[in-house]
Amino acid sequence: MAYFSQQLINAITLGAIYGLIAIGYTMVYGIIGMINFAHGEVFMIGAFISLIGFLICSMLGIGSAPVAIVLVLLMAMAFSAVYGWAIERTAYRPLRGSFRLAPLISAIGVSIALQNYVQLTQGARPKPGGQIVSGGFNLFSADGFDVRVTWLQIIIVVVTILLMAGFTWLIARTSLGRQQRACEQDMKMASLLGVNVDRTISLTFVLGAALAAVAGMLFLMYYGVIDFFIGFLAGIKAFTAAVLGGIGSLPGAMLGGLLIGLIEVFWAGYFSSEYKDVAVFAILVLVLIFRPSGLLGRPEIEKV
Amino acid sequence: MAEQPMLAVAGVTTFYGAIQALHGVDLEVARGEIVALIGANGAGKSTLLMTICGSPRASGGAVRLDGEDITALPTHEIVRRGVAQVPEGRRIFPRMSVFENLQMGATLGVPAHFAHDLERVFTMFPRLAERRDQRGGTLSGGEQQMLAIGRALMSRPRLLLLDEPSLGLAPLIVRQIFEVIGRIAREEGVTIFLVEQNAYHALRLADRGYVLANGRVRLSGAGRELLANAEVRAAYLEGGHA
Repeated sequence: MAYFSQQLINAITLGAIYGLIAIGYTMVYGIIGMINFAHGEVFMIGAFISLIGFLICSMLGIGSAPVAIVLVLLMAMAFSAVYGWAIERTAYRPLRGSFRLAPLISAIGVSIALQNYVQLTQGARPKPGGQIVSGGFNLFSADGFDVRVTWLQIIIVVVTILLMAGFTWLIARTSLGRQQRACEQDMKMASLLGVNVDRTISLTFVLGAALAAVAGMLFLMYYGVIDFFIGFLAGIKAFTAAVLGGIGSLPGAMLGGLLIGLIEVFWAGYFSSEYKDVAVFAILVLVLIFRPSGLLGRPEIEKV
Repeated sequence: MAEQPMLAVAGVTTFYGAIQALHGVDLEVARGEIVALIGANGAGKSTLLMTICGSPRASGGAVRLDGEDITALPTHEIVRRGVAQVPEGRRIFPRMSVFENLQMGATLGVPAHFAHDLERVFTMFPRLAERRDQRGGTLSGGEQQMLAIGRALMSRPRLLLLDEPSLGLAPLIVRQIFEVIGRIAREEGVTIFLVEQNAYHALRLADRGYVLANGRVRLSGAGRELLANAEVRAAYLEGGHA
């Protein structure tokens, strides 16, 4: 029971990070029907910007962890948003209206380019981030085992919940969100009502990138080490999460992230940690075979 | 025409890929007029309405709104100038409520007008008020048509483009829809350009009409005149009307 509880806590933490990344995949897919394979790289860049941000904070002598976290969070979101915007503008928009595979190939190109760019500018070796938040407390003890929650885990989950709640509100209740949904459902009609479709698509990339950047910061804080390649695996897992939840569905991405976190951590905890990635991708395969529309997704055919 | 027309389509050609849908269409709609465009399936009626809104863009000729050339403007800039369209197939946002669809219609509207305009649409179509929180995709065809018209009115357009508002609707609802269109024109002074296969209703309502065939204007004249025209009768009215 104690072991199970501990794994559950770890799984929720990891799932939160995947969920934040998955939102970007699902939103972009929802609006332009493409998988943005460069999204994992935006997450990676967010982690690097956070690393630089924390270094700047310590150089400026900002000792308070909460202040530093908020500053770095804003900085990572802002800079990554620029990356997200620029990627769409340069790599996808010129290809809009061309055949479906073109932007996908372009996305893979962007992904490789960004990896190499970070490798060249930041070096290939893993970068330690240092410990920004330490400590925690014991929840309970049983079977000679302490179930521990760290402050960092609490921060990760709270930040994620706040952002997801805010984001859900943005999409469901504001006119910006309504325009976003309108473009998703019928882009041509949205433009006939005066919606600037190009701007709405840009905005989708910007928002997705900002959330991925937060995931990058949390990842850096949680694992303490990052390198130029972290975007690949985390990106594909978050993509799996988006597919599992139902690609195009916002709550689906959140749920999918959580489930992928659970599957990965429990597989590692009870079976074999070498095969945890296999377990995650086996889920992807199973979902694609048996339920391609995912848990909360819409079936492809819809009455209009 | 002494007065400048509100909408002027001059020699417009439009292609869909390699297929030419419009072969130099000329027509005009004056302020306050109801003009009907009739024609068979595939004549290019819907293409013309969409071309006026810049999607697809005309490859030749010009579309002018109050004298301003809008041919090259993006769609959202064209509609910003006071054009609203009830498009082919209605294009209701299926996963938005009736209310949200109307909110979308008010994208270009003045926020202070919203409550009043909403009330006006609900008065015009009480059914929509009953269905306010229902998802657009679950409405019946007639309700969707009402919603599409209501949505278009939410931006307080000067020029309303309607694409086959009677298509697939029961005769009773068709009559109701045409009555509302007439009211919008008379009471609110909205200029109306209407595309229809249902030539009888459209020409009876319209001040003037055009007949489009194979991407060209074939005939034009006053609504009643066209209704009496032998060619029009043979091509678009025989076989009964609603």
